[in-house]
Amino acid sequence: MHELGIVFYIIRDVKEVAAQNNCSRVSKVVMSIGEVSTVIPEYLTDCWKWATDKEELMRGCVLEVETIPGVTYCEDCGKEYSTVEHGRTCPHCGSGKTYLLHGNEVEIKEIEVI
Amino acid sequence: MEKVKVIEIKRSVFADNDKDADNLRAELKEKGVFLLNLMSSPGSGKTTTLIQTINRLKDKIRVAVMEADIDSDVDAIKIKEATGIESIQLHTGGMCHLDAAMTRQGLDNLSLAGTDLAILENVGNLVCPAEFDTGSCRNAMILSVPEGHDKPLKYPLMFSICDVVVINKIDVMPYFDFDMEKCKEYIHMRNPKAKVIPICAKTGEGVDEFAAWLLAEVEKWKK
Repeated sequence: MHELGIVFYIIRDVKEVAAQNNCSRVSKVVMSIGEVSTVIPEYLTDCWKWATDKEELMRGCVLEVETIPGVTYCEDCGKEYSTVEHGRTCPHCGSGKTYLLHGNEVEIKEIEVI
Repeated sequence: MEKVKVIEIKRSVFADNDKDADNLRAELKEKGVFLLNLMSSPGSGKTTTLIQTINRLKDKIRVAVMEADIDSDVDAIKIKEATGIESIQLHTGGMCHLDAAMTRQGLDNLSLAGTDLAILENVGNLVCPAEFDTGSCRNAMILSVPEGHDKPLKYPLMFSICDVVVINKIDVMPYFDFDMEKCKEYIHMRNPKAKVIPICAKTGEGVDEFAAWLLAEVEKWKK
């Protein structure tokens, strides 16, 4: 639902980096998106074409999404487990004292420029 | 063939907003203005709750409201008519949330000098507003009884960032299978520090407690 807003954020950041590097065109943007970041890559791609077409610098720019798996750490038993599969309750010991190690990232990893 | 160069960025797209939000909070602290970010689903009773709350506070402190919606100005008019305080409407232009930059624009349109409490009524939505720090001093949300007591499990991020969860429409509890104790348990699973205040905005039941919490927070902020 908020993917379009995120696309606007990405475009703003990419334009800034492109200007600093005197680039005439950005041909590809690689995003690192966590499995539990609430960003749905398919929706991001949908918004991407519409929004980047309006930017001369980014017209036809390819969006590549790399997924970062969600991994949660259990403070009680010290084990790690898959967040998507088990949520906030540790499957090893049943504890709820857990926190996310990674998987909520919405990061611009790199861009390809001309 | 044009030469392609790769630039490594490794930057969170939320980083700029988080910085903006921190700056805004620092400015508000300096000005002695407390900003509350109020969130909920559409139809949970945000505006009615605000009217009840503002009418309990307006003789003690100066309150102003920013209503954020995708379109229309019905909420801003409703607040102004029912409470007489300054109320403006922000349009998000189709966006499902407000970020710190949009909040700042809204604050610029309020007469902030002399205002003790500015309330931002965020877009009705339990997902996106939780992702974007608005620069508020405290976050509050309203969950209404018809939505069900399982919402903290379904929208964990929203419940984990809120200082207060107001449970509205408790007058209709007998008609819904809403389990208040379960709901509190689920909220505290996600956020042990969250304060839970059951209210009925229509009759005013419980609103005193929310107003008292808000007043205490405003006073703490201004110290």
